[in-house]
Amino acid sequence: MTMENKPAILIVDDEKVVRDSLTKWFRQDGYDVDGAENGAVALKKMQARAWDLILLDIKMPGMDGMELQQRIKELDVPATIIFITAHATIDSAVQALKQGAFDYVTKPVDPDYLTHVVANALRQRSLSKENERLREGITSAARAEEIVGESPQIRKVFDLIDTVAKTDTTVMIRGESGTGKELVARAIHANSSRRFFPIVPVNCGAMTEGLLESELFGHERGAFTGAHYRRKGKIELADGGTIFLDEIGNISMKTQMDLLRVLETRQFTRVGGNDVISVDFRVICATNKDLERAVKEGTFREDLYYRLNVFTIVLPPLRERRSDIVPLAKYFLKKYAAQMNKPVTGFAPDAMDVLLQYEWPGNVRELENAIERAMVIGSPPMLTPNDLPFKLSDTVGAVRSGTLADVERIYIQDVLHKNDWNISRSAEELDIDRVTLYHKIEKYGFKKPA
Amino acid sequence: MSRNIRLLNATGLEKSSLESITVRVARALHCDVRLESYRPDLTRVLDPTRGQCHSGGLLKEMQDRFNGRGEPNERFAALVDVDLFIPVLTFVFGEAQLDGKYAVISTYRLKNEFYGIPADPGRLLERFEKEIVHEAGHVFGLLHCRNFECVMRSSTYVEEIDLKRNSLCSDCESIMERKME
Repeated sequence: MTMENKPAILIVDDEKVVRDSLTKWFRQDGYDVDGAENGAVALKKMQARAWDLILLDIKMPGMDGMELQQRIKELDVPATIIFITAHATIDSAVQALKQGAFDYVTKPVDPDYLTHVVANALRQRSLSKENERLREGITSAARAEEIVGESPQIRKVFDLIDTVAKTDTTVMIRGESGTGKELVARAIHANSSRRFFPIVPVNCGAMTEGLLESELFGHERGAFTGAHYRRKGKIELADGGTIFLDEIGNISMKTQMDLLRVLETRQFTRVGGNDVISVDFRVICATNKDLERAVKEGTFREDLYYRLNVFTIVLPPLRERRSDIVPLAKYFLKKYAAQMNKPVTGFAPDAMDVLLQYEWPGNVRELENAIERAMVIGSPPMLTPNDLPFKLSDTVGAVRSGTLADVERIYIQDVLHKNDWNISRSAEELDIDRVTLYHKIEKYGFKKPA
Repeated sequence: MSRNIRLLNATGLEKSSLESITVRVARALHCDVRLESYRPDLTRVLDPTRGQCHSGGLLKEMQDRFNGRGEPNERFAALVDVDLFIPVLTFVFGEAQLDGKYAVISTYRLKNEFYGIPADPGRLLERFEKEIVHEAGHVFGLLHCRNFECVMRSSTYVEEIDLKRNSLCSDCESIMERKME
């Protein structure tokens, strides 16, 4: 999304290098930018057209910044003024602000600070208009990546997402690795009122205690050896939006305590800092661990567990929603065909057999990886079993190792597929009547491929 | 109009890592990408009082060296590992000529070590790749985007780079397509 009605910024500075670099910087943000090398040129440009914001240097030959500000006021130019100077003094800052400047910054300025000062100034000028434009613009940005599936199990998940997204409730997503917990978190966020702000994922399992602390809370410059620069924490980045704490079951007792405090107060301090920062965020967390057992064993705080476990969504493993394998496989094929610009249009029937019979211990992620790999090595127009990272023998082994119900489910699906979903032929081959077969289809959530 | 970009490597990163980045940059921008080594004269752009290199100066040096060379419509992006600045700001991750020909991107402030946390070579490469796509996007005429996940989102903190994907959002994709027609 890019800006439509570009705000106009005039940079008044006698140094060409400053004008040029600021012009480039703000043009990349989509602003309409021009420069003036002195007060007289600036006044001419102000007469020629309207400006939203004027960035004004204080020390300039001839008319200095303070004098120019006075002239702008007399001429009643409706622009916001920000002073930007290499020669900061308290007196000049006080005078500038007294005369109505929006802010006063010192060169060189932090890019983040300058970006925010300018954005705040412009926002203040036309808050309601700007706000509306932002909302319109971000609606398309907030669309969640599609969760694919039509099985009764995944439809139940869609209903739960729909229900909880409208609230601000903390959500815990449970499910095996690779079932798509982050996608569900993103879908909840994208359908919530917080969608205009970011969702910030944190993989709690991938970090040591100290690192996670810095990752969550950020740190001040000089907080510890090597901290040369201030760092924003994920919690601060999630202000207004959602923080997604993945693998929450893997955090240390100390971090559990710190996190609990933030969840209760919505306040924290950066590591090495004294300022208390207030934040407003929603929490979604995920785990594949047995948290109830961890609470009993004393490795997970009970109070944190109850704070997080308010609304639970359990994601079924792919082997329990086999009817989704076909639509998922087609979805990933289409995705990678477009990405790799490869005219692969589908799966050979025996390749689809392999996909349907495999147990998918790594769930949807494993399926996606298998298809991405197949797309790399396969040739158009169809993917064949040779393109897949496993053979039918692997899948047979998987069937053998399952329960009786697993074996029945996989066998029935295989027969249905082999007979192109002809119910009579499939029932005959299975030596059961058609009604029984319909019951089995319903029981296992099979769906005829489109 | 065809798109192609030449990545001029002046970093100490391994060739194999850069080759992977090259493939992904090509995929993200749907363009041809070539990688070659580059030795810029950093003494020309080093500001001794700040201990940083002027990114605009580096773009100028590239312009002096590559103008009139390369294929028509070819763009150039220098990959460096020095601390970059523009005069009015304390630092920049990179700089590009909007709708122009040259860009420069540095690994310097993308490294975890700069912030006092343990090195993470994989994360560094991810960030570098996103910043290369971002600056190359500017060279192809794209502006900053408000989509939090779009690679063209402006990032002034390294953590904000981590929030982005390494690809263009659908809106930026459409703008890019229109520009290339």
